[in-house]
Amino acid sequence: MMVCEKESECIEDMEVEILPSMWPEDIGSEVGKQFNIEKPGRDQDMLEDVTIIEEPTIADFKRLMELTNFTEKGSSQLAYLMKHWEYKQANAVRLLREELDNLSKQRQDVELRKMEILEEHRFEEERYGGDKRPVSILEDVYDIWQDVPRRKNKVVVQNKRIEIDAAEYDTVKYWKQRALHSEKLLEASIQREQILQEKLQERINNIERQSSPVEELSQILKRADNFLHFILQNAPVVIGHQDKELRYRFIYNHFPSLQEEDIIGKTDVEIFTGSGVKESQEFKREVLEKGLPAKREITFETELFGSKTFLIYVEPVFSKAGETIGINYMGMDVTDQVRKRERMAKIREEIAVQKAKETELNKTIHITEETMRAKQMLATMSHEIRSPLSGVVSMAEVLSTTRLDGEQRQLLDVMLSSGDLVLQLINDILDLSKVESGVMKLEATKFRPREVVKHVLQTAAASLQKILTLEGHVSDDVPIEVIGDVLRIRQILTNLISNAIKFTHEGKVGINLYVVSEPSFAKHSSVSGTQANEDRYLSTPQSSSDRNLLDGQRHDHPPSQNHAFHGECRSPVKSECSANGDTEEHHHSTETTVWIRCDVYDTGIGIPENAISTLFKRYMQVGADHARKYGGTGLGLAICKQLVELMGGHLTVSSKEHHGSTFTFILPYKVSIIEENSDDTDELSDMENDEGACDDTTESFFQFQPRTLGSLFTSNGSCRTQKLLTHKIGYTSSNTSECSFSFPSHDIISKGTCSVQDSSLVVDAPEISESSASSSGQSRETNIENVVSRDKYCQDKGIADSSRHMAAASEMDMATKSSELQQKFMVQGNVTSIFASELTKSTSKPKILLVEDSKINVMVTQSMMKQLGHSIDVVNNGAEAVRAVHNCSYDLVLMDVCMPIMNGLQATKLIRSFEETRNWDAARKALMELNLPELDYECSGPSKKRIPIVAMTANALSESAEECFANGMDSFVSKPVTFQKLKECLEQYLS
Amino acid sequence: MLGLGSDLLWADMNRLLRLLFHEGVLDEQFLQLQQLQDETSPNFVSQVINMYFHESEKLLNNLRSLLIQAHDDDFADYNKMAIHLNQFIGSSSSIGAKRLTSLCLAFRAATHHTNRPGCLRALEMLEHEYCYLKNKLHELFHIEQQRALVAAARYPLHDNNQ
Repeated sequence: MMVCEKESECIEDMEVEILPSMWPEDIGSEVGKQFNIEKPGRDQDMLEDVTIIEEPTIADFKRLMELTNFTEKGSSQLAYLMKHWEYKQANAVRLLREELDNLSKQRQDVELRKMEILEEHRFEEERYGGDKRPVSILEDVYDIWQDVPRRKNKVVVQNKRIEIDAAEYDTVKYWKQRALHSEKLLEASIQREQILQEKLQERINNIERQSSPVEELSQILKRADNFLHFILQNAPVVIGHQDKELRYRFIYNHFPSLQEEDIIGKTDVEIFTGSGVKESQEFKREVLEKGLPAKREITFETELFGSKTFLIYVEPVFSKAGETIGINYMGMDVTDQVRKRERMAKIREEIAVQKAKETELNKTIHITEETMRAKQMLATMSHEIRSPLSGVVSMAEVLSTTRLDGEQRQLLDVMLSSGDLVLQLINDILDLSKVESGVMKLEATKFRPREVVKHVLQTAAASLQKILTLEGHVSDDVPIEVIGDVLRIRQILTNLISNAIKFTHEGKVGINLYVVSEPSFAKHSSVSGTQANEDRYLSTPQSSSDRNLLDGQRHDHPPSQNHAFHGECRSPVKSECSANGDTEEHHHSTETTVWIRCDVYDTGIGIPENAISTLFKRYMQVGADHARKYGGTGLGLAICKQLVELMGGHLTVSSKEHHGSTFTFILPYKVSIIEENSDDTDELSDMENDEGACDDTTESFFQFQPRTLGSLFTSNGSCRTQKLLTHKIGYTSSNTSECSFSFPSHDIISKGTCSVQDSSLVVDAPEISESSASSSGQSRETNIENVVSRDKYCQDKGIADSSRHMAAASEMDMATKSSELQQKFMVQGNVTSIFASELTKSTSKPKILLVEDSKINVMVTQSMMKQLGHSIDVVNNGAEAVRAVHNCSYDLVLMDVCMPIMNGLQATKLIRSFEETRNWDAARKALMELNLPELDYECSGPSKKRIPIVAMTANALSESAEECFANGMDSFVSKPVTFQKLKECLEQYLS
Repeated sequence: MLGLGSDLLWADMNRLLRLLFHEGVLDEQFLQLQQLQDETSPNFVSQVINMYFHESEKLLNNLRSLLIQAHDDDFADYNKMAIHLNQFIGSSSSIGAKRLTSLCLAFRAATHHTNRPGCLRALEMLEHEYCYLKNKLHELFHIEQQRALVAAARYPLHDNNQ
């Protein structure tokens, strides 16, 4: 049994050692156990419980044989197995032989003993026989059985010696017993031998039975196979072997979708189609060629199993000669993992992007905040700088009024002009920051684009110091009146024009104004090509068909509120037509938008292409040279652009270097139709003005030639002459354009403004004939120009003439005398005093009372009166006026209407009531009510006549005039009080 | 500088005046004002204008406070405002501040309609215009002063011949 135990242990050890190499293995067995399997004896059940599906394995057994025969691994494997088996057999043989030896030794031993015993017995018999004494066995004395010593050990032990009692040694009985005993021993020994022999036989049989190596191996292999199946049965694993041509020789696939014959002997490419197949094939080939195992992840997109990603491990298989004869490959489906990984990567990427964005955003926010802060600060600073700077400038101004020598004055001049420059810059900055911060509010006022263009050009012409022609062209279809922020538009235009003039040395600078269809601003960046076309088209006479076309065009680009627009589309057109024809048709039109394009062009130095992009940036100028040469801050265009964009428009520029630039801005304007129909003309009640305006409105071309320039060089003092001339232009323009300074959003207001003009005109020049006035400022202008140019060589005379004509412009048909007076007024200083004395001579000394609460008006009137040779009494309110009239008799009372305590109307009423009733009761009562001191009862000399009371009012409404008359006033002078008005008054009431 | 200084300053002044006329800030009444200035009252215009500024500022303050009051208790003394405005119109027209005058008229019309937003807007514009006028006139006076000084310092006798 012991031996048996030993033997099995030995076998177990052997198994453990051998099994690793039972599986093809590159690494030597010394690394350790990689493939452990349970002893077959113990847990056989475990695998029996598991059903193992064996189908998946498809193997080419021939190939396997080949492999085992030809590959080193295979053969070594087999050799190893054989060796193992041989070893086992040898061991068994050795053991058996040992056993056999043992047994035969025992046998020899036993036989030897037997011989000894037999010899002994023979000797004893001889001795016994010599005695000759027969011993009867039946004798009592020889009863052997009785005295035989007891055997101590019944089991015969091989080495045990039988003890012999020396005392009984000699007896026969003893020997008999001894012989019996030996016999028995022999028998037992023989028996044991037999048993051993049997056992040996059995053993041998046993060994023979269990010693088939193939069986054993296949059993082991089967177990390994079973285990592998058990492990792999649900694993998404494909295991395969391909030969040199990459044909499958073996494949294990848990989810087989193909039959054996479809796979074995074929290559990947032959089996599948789709993306990834080729790649895997290539990969395998690569491994085959390189002879190095490698891993790769390959995504398959095949019809067979859809889109899946496999992690493929490929290792080359070498023949005994070291040549690659195929590959083993193992693939695992990692689609989910890859998908997850990809998703993770994506998420990670997204997170990274998000983070980047975040930081970017933070940065932007930071920058924006900084910028805002900087802007805010700039604005604040500018504002803060402005106050002390204006202090500095004004102090410098004050300083300049003191006595200074030439050098000091020069320095001071520089200081002042620099100060002015800085102030201008700061104003610009404030303007800009206003626009940017959205503080700038736009006004919606009605204005006439033609007038704006004209005025801008006039202004520019006035300060023009170059030989340039300024011109303006306004297309016929531009509405007469539009609504917009005229101040800002004028600012833009002025800015652009002055810019154009600044950079133009000869040629023309001009403005084009025309209506365009609703722009899509992208289109307008390259508009210059179509511009002429559009221009021509739009400036054609407004025939109905054209109009319709325009209508249609507008229709094509409807504004955001297109439905409303569509509905109203017709009305402006219609009413414009009617405005052209007869004005009797009225339309209930609210407002509609019209897009007007304005080109400001010049023939100047132009802008290089690379500078255009930065042109509208702040503080940017075309180049450092330009900045030095032309000055300026570079804020002007930025402001223009901001303003235009603020108004919903677009400012662009096109330029050709050395040929000129065109700045174009397109702005939407509201057009109100109501203003154009007769409704308004009624209200204006000022045909002359209206006609003048009409003249202005229909005018579409303005030109300002550089006409006085020649004289500038020829005449010494003509500088001023020119100034006066241009001054005059301004004057006339302001005369004709007065209507534009109304606030048309409120009808009443515009009415009010107009009637101021109206009344002033009436009082100014009552004899003025409408026709002469309506013959437009233009003709007057040219007249005066002629005069001026004729007289310009004589400086003094020039001034006198031009000023005379200036007067003439305002008082067309004045008597020559008054015109002369006017002239003398214009010439300042000593001339006026002479005139004053002249006037004094012609009149007596009438007593005049001025009732006026405003110090300024008092001062002005008083001063005027003084120059006219009158001294006047002044009181500040109606009550005082009543008192004054009560105390003293006056020849004329100039009465302000609006006054505190008692107004002019009331006072006049009281004075009139006195004149009628010859008592002051009413006045007293009124004064009492006002808690004012009583009038004295001492009566002044009774007035012989009614005192002329002339109302002076700023309230120029016609009702107000009527009110004045109703309250007993004789006449009505609208403020401001002018020489003319005063003189007329005096002439009327004091002569 | 010499005589040219005076001449240049003259030009400056005229240019400025022309600008103001063109812009419609001033009208011919201002010329009348200038005519009132003679040797007996050499600073007449600036005196009047300064007085005007002084008064106008008061008026503007009053108008503003009245309008703000109007916001507070939804009741505005539009009559009072109109009175102030009448004064303003009177004085503005007297010095020839044309644009201010028309603004005041607009303002007054707004008060007639008790149109508060209109009033506010008008006030804002009024203040703006007022500041503009003030600046420009200050500039003008400054030039005139310079001119007078230059003229007086250098050519006291020829001043009037210019």
